[in-house]
Amino acid sequence: MDTETTTLPKMTAHGVSVFYGEKKAIDNVSIEVSREHVTAFIGPSGCGKSTFLRTLNRMNDTVASARVEGDIRLDGEDIYSPDMDVVQLRARVGMVFQKPNPFPKSIYENVAYGPRIHGLAANKAELDTIVERSLKRAGLWEEVKDRLAESGTALSGGQQQRLCIARAIAVDPEVILMDEPCSALDPIATAKIEELIHELRGRYAIVIVTHNMQQAARVSQRTAFFHLGHLVEYGETSAIFTNPRETRTKDYITGRYG
Amino acid sequence: MPNTGHTVKAFDEELDQLRATVCEMGGLAEAAIRDAMEALVRRDAAGAAAIVERDKKIDALEAEIERRAVQIIALRAPMADDLREVVAALKIAGVVERIGDYAKNIAKRVPSIEDSKIRPLSLLPEMARIAGEMVHNALDAFAARDAAKAEAVRERDAAVDDFYNSIFRALLTHMMENTHNITPATHLLFAAKNLERIGDHATNVAEMVYFAATGVHLTDRPKGADTTEIGQGDLVD
Repeated sequence: MDTETTTLPKMTAHGVSVFYGEKKAIDNVSIEVSREHVTAFIGPSGCGKSTFLRTLNRMNDTVASARVEGDIRLDGEDIYSPDMDVVQLRARVGMVFQKPNPFPKSIYENVAYGPRIHGLAANKAELDTIVERSLKRAGLWEEVKDRLAESGTALSGGQQQRLCIARAIAVDPEVILMDEPCSALDPIATAKIEELIHELRGRYAIVIVTHNMQQAARVSQRTAFFHLGHLVEYGETSAIFTNPRETRTKDYITGRYG
Repeated sequence: MPNTGHTVKAFDEELDQLRATVCEMGGLAEAAIRDAMEALVRRDAAGAAAIVERDKKIDALEAEIERRAVQIIALRAPMADDLREVVAALKIAGVVERIGDYAKNIAKRVPSIEDSKIRPLSLLPEMARIAGEMVHNALDAFAARDAAKAEAVRERDAAVDDFYNSIFRALLTHMMENTHNITPATHLLFAAKNLERIGDHATNVAEMVYFAATGVHLTDRPKGADTTEIGQGDLVD
């Protein structure tokens, strides 16, 4: 398994298994995620890629029947340790979902909410700065700077998704998890998100789950292929898509699966 | 390499058609080499003219392969071995087109040697046979995605180079014996050089086939006799 990285990994998972009740959804997965690269998780529906993604910021805690085994670390720190503050963890490891889910509040409040509850701004001016910086990094500032008081839900789907990314960025995370962030967007809005991912690369470790293999090929430098709860192959994206080592990977990416 | 079909059957059909077109083109180039050599041996200027004419069909097939390959890339977004195969088809078509040109060039020389006393050397048809077989086997390997067969093609290039060096020496001897032989001998030498280039191109095709089938580049080819290092000292026994 190719897990070589040039520097220390941002997150490491070792021997991770996830159960929903009796059912094993993820079986003994080990992987390293670096800050330098965008990492894509691909695989057919039900392969466990989203389930695994959600272990990285303990989103599975919200599922009553879910149980996680194994070891997951953020900068060497065990995120499942009893000492870990989950709210703090999710600020450090942010998440963007499939469907844009802005709060039914103003554009400004959507972005300001996180920094405010985490106490990242001492006054209104600082908060304004954070909101502007986050919206700029999310590539949305020019489109919304004159209507920050308008409702976030009034934006187009693509803008809403970039607003959600701005919201995730606002609390200055170290890792951003994206669970099919473009599946509800048209090609232009998708291209803007992909360009954004490219811009954000290096500043944050980014992990993206996508059903669109072309998207994985376009935005990521490392690709992991999941199948039936197993991590089948993990390596350089260019190698995965031109010369995968595993037959199962090849069959999937060439459209022979099933 | 056994491959199960794609979920989208039309994709399989398009790849099959692409492969079949490449093989058809290779078959024409192979026939052109054989017929050009036969026309040369028989000094059949009419037969040679027909070969020159037939080269247009090879050029047309190259254009068709390019069109099919570009269409597959645009519409199917092929990945992994599919992608390597489509790219190989595109590149092989360009090389086979060159092979056709070399065969055509041999045919074009037939009128120039028609009246000469010098006979085409017995080595030349044998060299053409091997070069033609290399083309044939390289294309067979492509059709079958057979890396081992592609590798075997490459092994034969040294023999073609050896033929070239032998023919070079023999023709120089003819030239030295009688200056009237110089023009026809030079034409035959170019014919031999064309065959030597065909062997090199067939080797390139084999390397592309190997990469398409395995995803790994063949390393340096085994080196036969160098065809550029025949000095004066070699000529007089």
